[in-house]
Parts: sequence; structure tokens; C-alpha cells
Amino acid sequence: MEHSGSRRRERKTPPRGSPGVVGPPCPRPQALQAEPPHGHLVGVIRGLTQSLLGVVVILPASAFSLSLDRPARVLLRRSRPLPPRQDPAMPAPQCASCHEARAALRRPRSGQALCATCFCTAFEAEVLHTVVAGRLLPPGAVVAVGASGGKDSTVLAHVLRELAPRLGISLHLVAVDEGIGGYRDAALAAVRRQAARWELPLTVVAYAELFGGWTMDAVARSTAGSGRSRSCCTFCGVLRRRALEEGARRVAATHVVTGHNADDMAETVLMNFLRGDAGRLARGGGLGSPGEGGALPRCRPLQLASQKEVVLYAHFRRLDYFSEECVYAPEAFRGHARELLKLLEAARPSAVLDLVHSAERLALAPAARPPPPGACSRCGALASRALCQACALLDGLNRGRPRLAIGKGRRGLDEEGPPGGRGSHSRPDPRLRSPSPASRDSSSPLGSDDVGVRGRL
Amino acid sequence: MAAPLSVEVEFGGGAELLFDGVKKHQVTLPGQEEPWDIRNLLVWIKKNLLKERPELFIQGDSVRPGILVLINDADWELLGELDYQLQDQDSILFISTLHGSRMGAGSTW
Repeated sequence: MEHSGSRRRERKTPPRGSPGVVGPPCPRPQALQAEPPHGHLVGVIRGLTQSLLGVVVILPASAFSLSLDRPARVLLRRSRPLPPRQDPAMPAPQCASCHEARAALRRPRSGQALCATCFCTAFEAEVLHTVVAGRLLPPGAVVAVGASGGKDSTVLAHVLRELAPRLGISLHLVAVDEGIGGYRDAALAAVRRQAARWELPLTVVAYAELFGGWTMDAVARSTAGSGRSRSCCTFCGVLRRRALEEGARRVAATHVVTGHNADDMAETVLMNFLRGDAGRLARGGGLGSPGEGGALPRCRPLQLASQKEVVLYAHFRRLDYFSEECVYAPEAFRGHARELLKLLEAARPSAVLDLVHSAERLALAPAARPPPPGACSRCGALASRALCQACALLDGLNRGRPRLAIGKGRRGLDEEGPPGGRGSHSRPDPRLRSPSPASRDSSSPLGSDDVGVRGRL
Repeated sequence: MAAPLSVEVEFGGGAELLFDGVKKHQVTLPGQEEPWDIRNLLVWIKKNLLKERPELFIQGDSVRPGILVLINDADWELLGELDYQLQDQDSILFISTLHGSRMGAGSTW
């Protein structure tokens, strides 16, 4: 007979935080169901009758399993060993899902206390829900996973690999080598280890190869003397998206995924507000770029997961990732947004997701809406001005005027664009795409002769 | 009166860079009048283990926002945070979530 006493136990309703995707309830871990209940019951019954009657009586478990069910389970529960290292003054609560193990964390969004196993299961279920509900990765998709070796892309690749059979997708890791000495080499080593461990194909695309010899170190040297040194991160952001797109095309991918988490999205929203970037605000917070004008659709399956949960997931699953900061990072503007966000989060934990939800619901005043995009005159990519961002930035570098395309609206010497355009720190720009085959120059994906100038230092 | 305690202090996610790159430290906390809690431990760490830039690890009497603290693999939030009383053979893990960018911030506040 099915022993179902445990299921009659009441579930506490966890307190709910801000509304959002909650995901399916956590499935009960297998260990609980695998226990043979009748063996324990026989022992308990035997012990009870012995002490009460002084006679050893062997009773069939089935005779008592119903009537002794409740008290037997209570006895069983008390007789289990306590979890190790309980502080008697402040015991950790039990997992709200399996009621078995000690809780390991409290989820930021719902306030629910979960053990490590249940949390990992819930995390994976939520990513699955994000992908399925948003129809982000249809069956048969060839997915290029942007892999930097860091915590977010490591968790993303791991979770997608777990979910791949259920989703019917295949995965390729694409790593971008920006040419930052001492930093990127170590990170790439981590990616290679992951690719080997997970048996996933890996493609590495290098800036030096794609952008005419311009590594990030070269860009940083070129921009160093021009005032605000943080602008080298501007280049990296724009060029990395282009490189990722190129890598995805090389492996014949149909979709591109990146590991941006909720904190990243919230920082982006803050940055766009702080810079008055109306164009991005109009698009910021969307679940993914559907792929305008030929760009591969890009999405962020982790975007509803808070950074803390990503780190804890990586910890509980013992994932190996690379965790040093980029040598140029202290100069990036995003750091200011991040500090602000951390303070806000301490005061109001749901602020992170609320920011993202607010951005999704933003509607801009008619005067602020960006103009409909056209095509870059040089490479054919989607652009709101004559030159797309990547071409404009590289143009500036090659002319020895690296700040040319950064700041208010200028995209190339001959273009007097409207004010308000900015260099990019923020996350994926759906306007950027690789050029169509027709306009592609064989030596460079940007299709331009003078972008091939090398060693301009 | 607290007896000497032997605990394992571990750093991850980039935080180990502030501690000479050493991730695991087996430490023996000396006996003292007040019982050992996380608050005292942080003071002790700052004095004895932290090699550089304390403002990247400690802010006020707590850790900098963005640094997760796990006590015996459970979030310290569930155990009382700074007030958790340390026990012998406890394992405290500090994971930085700020790596990849801006670990070296320390400027604006």
C-alpha cells in the first residue's frame, strides 16, 4: 500500500515579494520517497508493544500502518538525527519545500527558505520557464552561448546543458578574445576546461582577427591620452557584440544567448537613465532582441535570476569559473551604477527586479522616440545614423581620433548626427548585426578597406 | 568567557585576491571574554588576514554589499548575520559577487 502519510503534512505558504515569475513548485527530492516506511514502522511498533506489554509481538505492519500512521511519523521524525552544527540559540529554518534538509538560503524574491538541492531545482525550473514562456529557444535551435569563463556564462551554459534535451536544442560555446593580456588568457583557459568537461564544441573569435589588429590593449593605449580613460570599455562593449555575432554565424547558430542576470539588467536601466539614452530606454528590459534586420535573435535566459542566486547556484553545484576582474574595469561607468544598485538593494531587496519591470513598461513621449533605423553605409548593419556604432568607433581609432564616435551624436567626420547618441556601455544593441554576404569584404567583416590599418600605435 | 575556537575561513569569487590569493585559511581564534561571533571575526580578519584594501571587503562593521557569507554552507541571513555565535569547526565562506568588473572600485563612497 502506498505510504502517503508524509503528504498530509501542511505546506507553509511562503511570503511573496514583488510579483513576477515564480515558477513551478519545487519537486520533492527523491531521498524522501525512497525510504522504506514499513521497516521503520515495524521496529517502532515492536518497541512500543515491548515497553507497554513486556511481550515481544511481531505485528504485520499493514495492520497498524493506517492507525499508527500519524504518531509513528511523528516518532520517526523526532528520531532522525538533527542536522549538523545547529546553533541552539539561532537554529536555521527547515527547507520550505522538502521539509527535510536544513535551509541554505532565503530566496530574495519570495523570501522562501530552501535547501541547496531544492534551490538548484527551483533555479533550473525558473530558467526553463523563462525560456518556454517567452518562446526564446524553439526546438531545433542551434544556440551559441556567449562564454567568458565568468560566473554568469558558466551557470548559463551548465543550466542550458541540463535543459537541452528537454528543450530540443543544441549548444555551442562561443568565446571572445578581446586581446587583454593577463586577463583574457586565464579566462579562456577556464572556458576550454568547461568545454572539455561538458563536451561542448568551442569557437574562439579574436578582436585582432576581426577588427584589423585592434586588440583591447591597443585600443586602451590609443584612448589613454585622450582624457577620460573609461572610454576603452565603450569600444569593448560594441565590438564584443559584433564578435559574438560573428562567432555565432561561424557555427551556423540560429540564436545567441548571453548570461546577463537581473542585476546586470537593472544596472543597464540605471545607466541609460543617467545618460539620458532614450533610444536604449525604449528597448531596455525587453526579454530578448528578436533580431531586427537580419541580426541573430539574442536572449538572456538568466535575466530574472538575481546575481546572488547565480553565485549561490554556482557554489552549490561546485562549478569552476574564472573570477578576476578585467584590468580596465575600474574605469567603466557601469561600476557607479553597480555601487548605487547595491545600496538600493540593501534597503529594498526587490528593487533590482522592480527596476527591470519598470523599464519593460516604459513608454516614451513621442518627441523622445528614436528614429527608425537605416543601414550602415559601410558594412550594411542596422544603424540609426550613416555609420553603425562599430564602424564609427573603428573609424575613429584608425584616424587617430579615438573619441570621434563617443559622446554627443557624432558618427564619423562627415556626419553631423543629432545630439543624444552615446558610446555604449549597456547590454545588447539589437541594431548591430554582421553584414549581409553581399556587402561583405573578404578581409574584414566590416567590409571596408581602410578599417584594415594595423599597428596604429 | 569563550574558549579558543578552530574555524575554517574561506574566500571565493575573487575575494581571495585580497588575502594573497589564498582561498582556505584554517584559523584558531584565541579565547576571550565575549563569545566569538561574526562581528568579532570580521575585526579579527581585518587585523590578521587582510593584506590590502580593507574597504573592498569590510564596510562599517559588516562586509561590503555584494559579498555573500555562507556559514556551514548556509546563507548567514538565516543564522542571524553578524550575531551568529561561532562554534568549533565551523566553516565560513566569503564569496564576492563583484568580480568581472568593479572589484577595484572603492572610490565613490
